[in-house]
Amino acid sequence: MQAIFAIIAALIVVSAIGAISFRNLVHCALSLVVTFCGVAALYLQLGAPFAGWVQVLVYVGAVAILIVFAILLTRSDENKPEPIFGNNWKAGGVIGLLLFSVMVYAITRDGLDSTPLPAKPELTVREIGVDLMTQYVIPLETMALLLTTAAIGAVIIAIRLCNPESSADSDTHAKAAGSVEATH
Amino acid sequence: MDTLIHIFSGIVTLLWRVVTDQPDQKAELLQALPQAISPLVNVILSISPILMIFPGLFALTTWLERKGLGRIQNRLGPNRTGPFGLFQPVADGLKMLTKEDIIPRNADQVIHFLAPITLVIPTFLGFAVLPMGRHLVPLNMDAGLLFFFAMGASTELSIFMAGWGSRNKYSLVGAMRAISQMISYEIPLIISSVTVVMLTGSLSLVNIVAHQSGWLGGIIPRWNVLTPWGFAGFVLFLIASLAEANRSPFDIPEAESELIAGHLTEYSGFKYALFFLAEYLGLFAMAGLSTTLFLGGWNAPFEFLDFVPSYIWFFSKLVGLVLLFIWIRGTVPRLRVDQLLNFAWKFMLPMALINLVVAAIWHYTSVWVFPASLILRWLFCAALILIPYFALGKFISNAGHFAPRTYRYAE
Repeated sequence: MQAIFAIIAALIVVSAIGAISFRNLVHCALSLVVTFCGVAALYLQLGAPFAGWVQVLVYVGAVAILIVFAILLTRSDENKPEPIFGNNWKAGGVIGLLLFSVMVYAITRDGLDSTPLPAKPELTVREIGVDLMTQYVIPLETMALLLTTAAIGAVIIAIRLCNPESSADSDTHAKAAGSVEATH
Repeated sequence: MDTLIHIFSGIVTLLWRVVTDQPDQKAELLQALPQAISPLVNVILSISPILMIFPGLFALTTWLERKGLGRIQNRLGPNRTGPFGLFQPVADGLKMLTKEDIIPRNADQVIHFLAPITLVIPTFLGFAVLPMGRHLVPLNMDAGLLFFFAMGASTELSIFMAGWGSRNKYSLVGAMRAISQMISYEIPLIISSVTVVMLTGSLSLVNIVAHQSGWLGGIIPRWNVLTPWGFAGFVLFLIASLAEANRSPFDIPEAESELIAGHLTEYSGFKYALFFLAEYLGLFAMAGLSTTLFLGGWNAPFEFLDFVPSYIWFFSKLVGLVLLFIWIRGTVPRLRVDQLLNFAWKFMLPMALINLVVAAIWHYTSVWVFPASLILRWLFCAALILIPYFALGKFISNAGHFAPRTYRYAE
């Protein structure tokens, strides 16, 4: 079990570093997909198959496609290599370090190593569904409403209300792709 | 030596039990093996049938398709290699293997190489949850349907990789069309199969098949396709799966005449064969899933035919659906890309949502107990589907989509 965890963790870390350090944006996006798959594998190893497969379905199947579409529809010159460090990498580094230290503090203070692990719950998909429809129904419906609003909003931005010649075509296309993704 | 003979006889018994549709003795066989290799043997025993049967079916289907299309187009089809041209797939396979593998100089080498591999692997994984017979279930997963769709969704990215990695305009345009088509049709595909999950109360494909077993009065099977919501769901699912598998009339991503085969343009030799294999495997997986969800899986159509081994029923339904797909390919013209997306969003999606509501009504009217309640319930639900179907069809065909197309970039 330790060995499997080590392999998955190494995969996640290496691909995450790749996602921020490749010079080509599409390579970064594909590296991020490997990270998503690694996180899904981690869920599977922890005995949460539902979360793992949903991770694959949503992140690899939809979010990655959204990222890729966004890259392709907004960048025209893909031969120009991107610099690895952005303009405000110092501020980003400070924020990242702060977040990391807060997390390290929280984890070590609680003493996760010393507390015994709780018994692994035998969760079936049915129980998750029942919980979603009873205990967590209001958050679920709120999220559904929010996503529908976002989808309708994207369609309204994308729709061509006046004569077709005057509108900017490339812009409309980008929004239309966004609306497709949002409903997904 | 003794253990070898033991293992060999164990495997022969295993095969015999599988063929005669009995529960196999895999657990006992694995216990006889040394501790170190038994997990490996377990995995190989489950995987190798999938790896053998479905590519074999693929070879047979290419022959069947070319013969069938030939018949529809009033010509002979392959007839030179072997009896009735039956060895044509072998000749094609050898040709593909020995062809030069051309990689464009400007292509992204790594991504161009990885795309066919990342396409074939999830396609094969999808078969792992399909119950192919009474005791032939590679993996009975609690969230089997979710797993199947997760695997199906991850193939979209491989098509993008193929299109982008080739560094070719046509490839990229073809890949983008393929992705927009697959995303648009994935929604009606999933919603139409959700009706089955609602009525069964389980995401496990084994439970879904078990829920459809049995006959009304010994002759009418309890398959989902024989209910109003099931029939509508089956038709929606079939159309969406044609689009997911990039089959005609939804083969716009490949459109040989306009896009010179889209994302496949820069692939040759064995990599092209892998794409071809993945496309047909995806088709079989979709046909297998629609068999499982709507056509009763491995259940026999009549009670007196129940003695026939269950896997024969599963595969004959699957091959029947594949024949239907070939027939559709030979007779229906290709859609235009705007018609395709309009059809998905303005017709398929509303119908799938209506079907969801009808399935719920079917579920709640199951408490009706009076004479002829089943027939009344059936007619009521059928009306709830048919009226929106005609209204929607009329609305769409009156919306002026059949005017000559205005071109935005040409002219």
